[in-house]
Amino acid sequence: MHLLAEARAGAVAVAPMLLGVVPFGLVAGAVPVAEGLGAWAAIGLSGIVFAGAAQLAAAEVLAEGGSAAVAVLAAWVVNLRLVLYSASLAPYLGHERLRRRLGAAYLLTDQAYALSVIRWSAGTDPESRLPYYLGAGTMLWLSWQMATIIGVLVGRAVPQDVPLDFAVPLVFLVLLVPLLITLPATAAAAIGGTSAVIAAEVGAGPLSILVGAAFGVAAGVLSDLSSDRAGRPPDQPTS
Amino acid sequence: MTRLWFAIVLAGAGTYAMRASFLAFAHRLANVPPATTRVLRQIPPAVLAAIVLPALVRPEGELDLLQPRLLAGIVATFVAWRTGNVGLTLAAGMLILIATETL
Repeated sequence: MHLLAEARAGAVAVAPMLLGVVPFGLVAGAVPVAEGLGAWAAIGLSGIVFAGAAQLAAAEVLAEGGSAAVAVLAAWVVNLRLVLYSASLAPYLGHERLRRRLGAAYLLTDQAYALSVIRWSAGTDPESRLPYYLGAGTMLWLSWQMATIIGVLVGRAVPQDVPLDFAVPLVFLVLLVPLLITLPATAAAAIGGTSAVIAAEVGAGPLSILVGAAFGVAAGVLSDLSSDRAGRPPDQPTS
Repeated sequence: MTRLWFAIVLAGAGTYAMRASFLAFAHRLANVPPATTRVLRQIPPAVLAAIVLPALVRPEGELDLLQPRLLAGIVATFVAWRTGNVGLTLAAGMLILIATETL
């Protein structure tokens, strides 16, 4: 009973975040359809990849005629942050059986991570941790899948001359802007964006995302290292 | 068709592997080396900007700064900064783009 209450607490905690998740899910459903990849591609991406930014990055590459390899790489690079989340949550779930941890991994998202790490680091009974995470994760999963399906239906109904593809950069802007509060992140974004544009200008096509990512990360790391050397404390990792 | 599903399944498999990476070894207690953290933290801003900026400054496949998508993007950046809301940012960007394109 106590565990069920924890699951419910997780589901309730994630509810305000759905305000941002649902429109994003609608876009993840509508864009692949509008770009000609088909309804099943949109539903498959949401069910199998279940990570919005990566889904849209892969769909963008595929719609532009890029190879499967470039699309997969783009999705993976966008999702590398999940390794960090996995590492950050792992110490809290060491007492759980492997099978349950592997099941929980599928539901790992920005939102489930942020809620759980905040609650668990404040000190909770270990047995109540996984139910809380699963409550939040399941609620988010259901909302994401439903938003995708509605997005697919909306995407079909939207007239051809509505520029639905523009929803992709708009959704990414909402993720990008709040990151630009530290110097390394701003350097990574400025150099990443500029080098992606230059790469595209010289004909790199869909690969330009990966080129931009590589240069941007390098710039961010350099900026981070130099601010260390200047004696400022490095900004702390999320864990 | 096969290219599409090959990409979706492989993207999903890799994503799951990243999610499960440290959780699978939780009993041994995991700790990410600080150097790895430093690199991983730079990835989101770099990748997001690499997707956003080309979409705003070269929508037709070549650099063009005098077109509605850049204007709509600048306004949307402002809305995203002030509100942090996906719905409002989408609405503002889309409305400005559609309005300037039909004018």
